[in-house]
Amino acid sequence: MTAIPMETGLMLAGVLFMLGLISVMIRRNIIFMLISVEIMLNAAGLAFIVAGSHWAQPDGQIMFIFILTMAAAEVSVGLALILQIYHQLKTLNSDAANFMKG
Amino acid sequence: MRELLWLIPALPFAGALLLVLFGNRISRALVSAIGVGSVGLSAAVTLVLGFEYLTARPAFIRQEVWQWFDVAGFSPSIAFHLDALSMVFIFVITFVGFLIHIYSTEYMAEDKDYSRFFACMNLFVGSMLMLVMADNLLLLYLGWEGVGLCSYLLIGFWYKEPANGYAARKAFIITRVGDTAMAIGLFMLFQHFGTLHIQSISTEAAQVWSVGNETAMIIALLLLGGAVGKSGQLPLQTWLPDAMAGPTPVSALIHAATMVTAGVYLVARMHVIFQLSPVAMMAVAVIGAVTLLIAGFAALTQYDIKRVLAYSTISQVGYMFLALGVGAWSAGVFHFMIHGFFKALLFLCAGAIILALHHEQDMRKMGGLSKKLPVVFYTFLIGAASLAAFPLVSAGFYSKDQILWLQLAGENGNIWLYLAGLLGAFITSIYTFRMVFLTFFGEERTHVGHKPTMAITVPLIILAVLSFAGGFIELPHNFGHVVLFSDFLAPILPAVNVVPDFTQFEWMLQLLAAVISLGGIFIAYLFYYKKPELIENIHRSETAMAIHRFWHSGWGFDKLYDALFVRPYVYLSKINKSDFIDAIYTFIANATQGLHQLFAQTQTGVMRNYVMGVVVGAIMILTISLLL
Amino acid sequence: METAFYLAATVAVLATIMVITRYNMIHALLYLVVSFLAVAVVFLTMGAPFMAALEVIVYAGAIVVLIIFVIMMLSLTREDVEQEKAWLQPKLWMGPALLSFVLLAELVYLLVVAEMPAAPATAGSYVDAKAVGLALYGPYVLGVQLSGILLMAGIVGAYHLGRQKKKVIHRFLQEKEPQKERSAVI
Repeated sequence: MTAIPMETGLMLAGVLFMLGLISVMIRRNIIFMLISVEIMLNAAGLAFIVAGSHWAQPDGQIMFIFILTMAAAEVSVGLALILQIYHQLKTLNSDAANFMKG
Repeated sequence: MRELLWLIPALPFAGALLLVLFGNRISRALVSAIGVGSVGLSAAVTLVLGFEYLTARPAFIRQEVWQWFDVAGFSPSIAFHLDALSMVFIFVITFVGFLIHIYSTEYMAEDKDYSRFFACMNLFVGSMLMLVMADNLLLLYLGWEGVGLCSYLLIGFWYKEPANGYAARKAFIITRVGDTAMAIGLFMLFQHFGTLHIQSISTEAAQVWSVGNETAMIIALLLLGGAVGKSGQLPLQTWLPDAMAGPTPVSALIHAATMVTAGVYLVARMHVIFQLSPVAMMAVAVIGAVTLLIAGFAALTQYDIKRVLAYSTISQVGYMFLALGVGAWSAGVFHFMIHGFFKALLFLCAGAIILALHHEQDMRKMGGLSKKLPVVFYTFLIGAASLAAFPLVSAGFYSKDQILWLQLAGENGNIWLYLAGLLGAFITSIYTFRMVFLTFFGEERTHVGHKPTMAITVPLIILAVLSFAGGFIELPHNFGHVVLFSDFLAPILPAVNVVPDFTQFEWMLQLLAAVISLGGIFIAYLFYYKKPELIENIHRSETAMAIHRFWHSGWGFDKLYDALFVRPYVYLSKINKSDFIDAIYTFIANATQGLHQLFAQTQTGVMRNYVMGVVVGAIMILTISLLL
Repeated sequence: METAFYLAATVAVLATIMVITRYNMIHALLYLVVSFLAVAVVFLTMGAPFMAALEVIVYAGAIVVLIIFVIMMLSLTREDVEQEKAWLQPKLWMGPALLSFVLLAELVYLLVVAEMPAAPATAGSYVDAKAVGLALYGPYVLGVQLSGILLMAGIVGAYHLGRQKKKVIHRFLQEKEPQKERSAVI
């Protein structure tokens, strides 16, 4: 099995992360923001897998499992919040939920 | 029995507390019962303890109620100390206070703030008792400020009149000048002795310091500053005539009989310190002499009967200071007691007249009252005789004669002080009988309304008897030689050494004093009763009128202080209206506020902005770590 | 293997670009599934087959399905798509994109400059599920427990927030009308 250079894998993770980051910044739709966060989490997980593969150790994969768990919990709570926001404000525009304005 | 000591000040305090808490909800009769009763009970306890004290003759009775606090070795206690000196003061405060309270039930009967009046009066009596019974100077200072507070409250009792509030503030602020000096004196005493306990200071000071010690002099002068402020002596005397804005019983109790003599008490109590400093002693005597003359001349020209009495009080307290200044401690305290009787009597009589004439205080509108108010007339006459030191029969003669005699015969005596006292006595008898002739003789000028009843006449008669008989407990050497009073005080206050050469002249000096007194009365009779045209002659002279106006304004001290202190202060405060020190702190507050608003702008509540913030921050941190 | 990796990586990047540029949420989610599947292939080429399976099951399966369910509950219409289109103006996303590129450039620079330690001989070798399981329940058992607590909190939180209550906005804000939407500042 020919090893793929770690740099390449990490660059892929970086690109994916950057795409998620752009999206989370430009979107106003709160569901899109959640999706973007998922992309970023996935990119982070990819970076762990790449590193774990480089050293042929299971630790990277274990970190991915933890990220997966975290993403699942985050999505469930996030979606519940989205439902509440939509219920209260009748919109998915995150800018509308600016009650914390100083 | 001696366990009852704490009750003497506690009873009036309890009365004041009850009246403050429930005064508005209970009937006037009950208010009177609490107000008068608390002081009456206190007087009764004084009587009981006085009997015990006189029979057992201990050096002193001390009762510690509780320890006030204990910080770094400084542990003043709430403790009361009863010796001969405080006994005299307690006696005058409770008994004269009791009589004045009885009198007040009628004088203040129409007032709607009846309970407030008695609450303040009770608080005053309690504070004054605490002042004279205090075992340490801190407790004394508490009582000292307490009476100052009550004085303020009662001068401004009719606070709806702005002038009364002004007079109250004036009294409070001017006495505060003296109190500050006194507080510094107390700090210095504490610094040197590590305690404020009066007995320990007195014993230690005599051992530590020799006569003429500079520190002792400074402390004595600072304490004298406090005494001068409280007792209305030069140069802090200007508040006392204005203090007459209060109800007349207040003037009688606070501004004649008791509080203004607190300075006398302080000097007598700390006499050990004063004895160590001839300069301070001289200062006391000179202040007394100058004050008694200035106030006497000012009293000559007043038309308001209460202002005459106020200046007379300043003048008489000046006599007490004169006595203290030459070391005639017991003579000063004796004059305090007699003065307490007759001045309270005169004020209460004046109050009865004022009440009868519908709150008219101008003597030019009085006259011919001897027929209408006979009891007031005769008691006033006794009081006036005492004030003018009418020979042989009045108490004032004996007390004042003793002071004058010791000016000359005492070892610290001085001929100039004696002459000042003699001149003062002459003026005193003139203005006193000017008051008598203007008020009670001549034709009636104002209709007499309210006739005094028992509540007024009984205290008047009792005080008249005291002003008449009080003098016989201390008679001069050459007739009677009764020394009950000075014997009583002897364990506390050292007697003055009399230069033996003068003893044979004593009768001559007494004769001189008597002639002076009678001469003053004769002049008053001539000018204000027999030949009023003489007064008109004086009124035509420009120079005489200029002097009259000058004396009438109290030697222009108010104007002087106005120009020296009040105006510059007002001017300074005006140019510094925005307070530049404050501006620094306002700037800090404003800057904080501004920054807050600036940063509050970043709290947009828009989530995308926060994400942007996070990203920019991440980039900055990464860039910085790359560059480094 | 290398070809597979580069192919999958290209697919993943392209699919993700499609995700972030879609106006319709359902389309975006379908591309997201493609992106996740591509990443799963990358995992396979990296010698982590178990993780590839988990990626497909949990990410592409559970999470995306959950989001689709929520979108269905909200019953979005064509107007929402138009709204999304209106929101995504180029002047709006230029700035963030630039920022992200700066970040990416820095990351790439770091990767290029950094002296990578030489890869061990076993690099890229197959790490099977057994090794992962042993490590997970060996040294990492505390992390497993913490994950359990996190999931528990997630369940309780989702239940609590998801309940249809009468009043959810904080009591201080009840009286206030929801504020008007502010124009974007970025």
